[in-house]
Amino acid sequence: MIWDLQRFDRRRRWKNRLAIFSLTALTAVAVLPFVSILGYVIQRGYPVLSWQFFTSLPKPVGEEGGGIANALLGSIEMVALASLIGIPLGTLAGTYLSEFGRGKVATTLRFTCDLLVSVPSIIVGLFAYTLIVVPMHGFSGYAGAFALLMIQVPMVTRTTEEILKLVPQHLREAGLALGIPRWKVIIRIVLRGSVSGLTTGVMLALARIMGETAPLLFTAFNNRFWAEGFNQPTASLPVLIYTYAISPYDDWHAQAWAAALVLVLFVLILNISTRIIIGRRPEGRH
Amino acid sequence: MEALLALPIIRSLLPQGRKEIHLGDRFFYLSLKTFAVVIICSLVALVYLLWSIAAPAFANYGFHFFTVSTWNPVTEKFGTLAFIYGTVVSSVLALILAAPISIAVALFLNEVAHRHIGTLLGFMVEMLAAIPSVVYGIWGVFWLAPWMRSVVQPFLKGNFGWLPLFDGPPYGVGMLTAGIIMAIMITPTISSISREVFRTIPSTIREGALALGATKWEMLKLAILDSSRSGIFGACVLGLGRAFGETMAVTMVIGNRPQISASLFAPAQTMASIIANEYAEASSDMHRSALAAVGLSLFLVSLLINGGARLILWRSERAFRSRV
Repeated sequence: MIWDLQRFDRRRRWKNRLAIFSLTALTAVAVLPFVSILGYVIQRGYPVLSWQFFTSLPKPVGEEGGGIANALLGSIEMVALASLIGIPLGTLAGTYLSEFGRGKVATTLRFTCDLLVSVPSIIVGLFAYTLIVVPMHGFSGYAGAFALLMIQVPMVTRTTEEILKLVPQHLREAGLALGIPRWKVIIRIVLRGSVSGLTTGVMLALARIMGETAPLLFTAFNNRFWAEGFNQPTASLPVLIYTYAISPYDDWHAQAWAAALVLVLFVLILNISTRIIIGRRPEGRH
Repeated sequence: MEALLALPIIRSLLPQGRKEIHLGDRFFYLSLKTFAVVIICSLVALVYLLWSIAAPAFANYGFHFFTVSTWNPVTEKFGTLAFIYGTVVSSVLALILAAPISIAVALFLNEVAHRHIGTLLGFMVEMLAAIPSVVYGIWGVFWLAPWMRSVVQPFLKGNFGWLPLFDGPPYGVGMLTAGIIMAIMITPTISSISREVFRTIPSTIREGALALGATKWEMLKLAILDSSRSGIFGACVLGLGRAFGETMAVTMVIGNRPQISASLFAPAQTMASIIANEYAEASSDMHRSALAAVGLSLFLVSLLINGGARLILWRSERAFRSRV
């Protein structure tokens, strides 16, 4: 009888060890792709990086060299144009949700943002195409920026709401009790007090739209030269990576890797600095 | 707060220009509301515009649009069955691969790992969600696909070749590779939501199980997994929704051939990838309309999946709150 119990116990302990081991192993399996992607992008991309890679235009097929200057600038321009409208719009809409967030409009907006966040980004591209490319009779930087805007706004709105909700209610009450008008309380106390949190939200949204490819394919399209203004087809980093990667030329493959390295570094740096900002705040988000 | 301000005593305490204050507040409130309405209108416009360009295709092909698998822009014969098949099979494949791994990750990071190791590995898993889709694509084309062709697929064919799933020539690119790449991409989604679900379980339940003599694994099974089953299910559905809409990485590794094949090694095509491949070059109005119709269907399906997932998660959270 006792012998039996001991055997049973031993079996339970072995089962436990096996389970913990497999949990550890599966986690390792999940982390491996990250290590592999990062390592391979660095290994293939780093040797190609050079000053002229960042500062020169693509060369015609067959000629060695050339760079990604126009794609880099195009990406930055479109992200900047989108953010110029998207960040204020998203922040204010988020403020609305957090400070006046009851009633039909607020509920509908929350629902809308949830839907927009989960819409496949290529659908947003279809929307921008119909709304801007068709009336303008051509692919343009405006259309690309608009597509990015549509992806950015719901993200910024929802993070703003979450962050402003962390501001303790008594701060608002203290301001109001001093006779400060509500709009000033919201701007001077609630928004200004959450600047670091709002910055992290914006940075994550920037990292996200910087890497978006699908909505740019048929809005900003691509360009082998500088785009003169926003009403022309504009090259961007992600679209360049895509077209170079599926091309048959080795030289283009190498450049695609280098561009991918630039993009990954940008995204990682933004994400890591977000972590640092969140970690430094006295009342972190978690 | 409004009630407090409405009290006469409080009102008399406010500064002289309170009419001005009132106007300022009113203006502020209304302008914020305007922005909110603008965003809501943009979604309405999106749905309306998509519908308006997709309508000719729906009107022309009717229900056959979803039941025929010929897609020929030259003769304007458009049927999307092959894309629907590609999307569903690759996404489900991704979910089957990602779900156990993601749940194990969530359990390991929350319950087993040392705090610092947990933070580091958790960061790495979450970064998988931050890497742009096109970077997955280039990694898939130059690393994953050759590896699949030379190692994984010959192995599967050699050992399980009698199954129709693992039959056929190993191309490298194809349904299985797309499924694996999507599985990597949805792992952070499923695991981070599962972690949140696990966090809502009070530690008294864990301690109770351990105090009764349960081993760690028995505790995880009894206290964590059993009580958060519906939350995990919701997380998986949300991951499936993400897989459905995934475009770039899949376009680059699935092989882009609209066919329905029993073999997972065969190239295929998904609803998102056909739009990415053909929309910029579509010349006829009907071709464009058919692609928009594919887009609208994809949009509605992803709405349904995501809405369903949120409902499940919300319900499980509420059920848990009421029980505790």
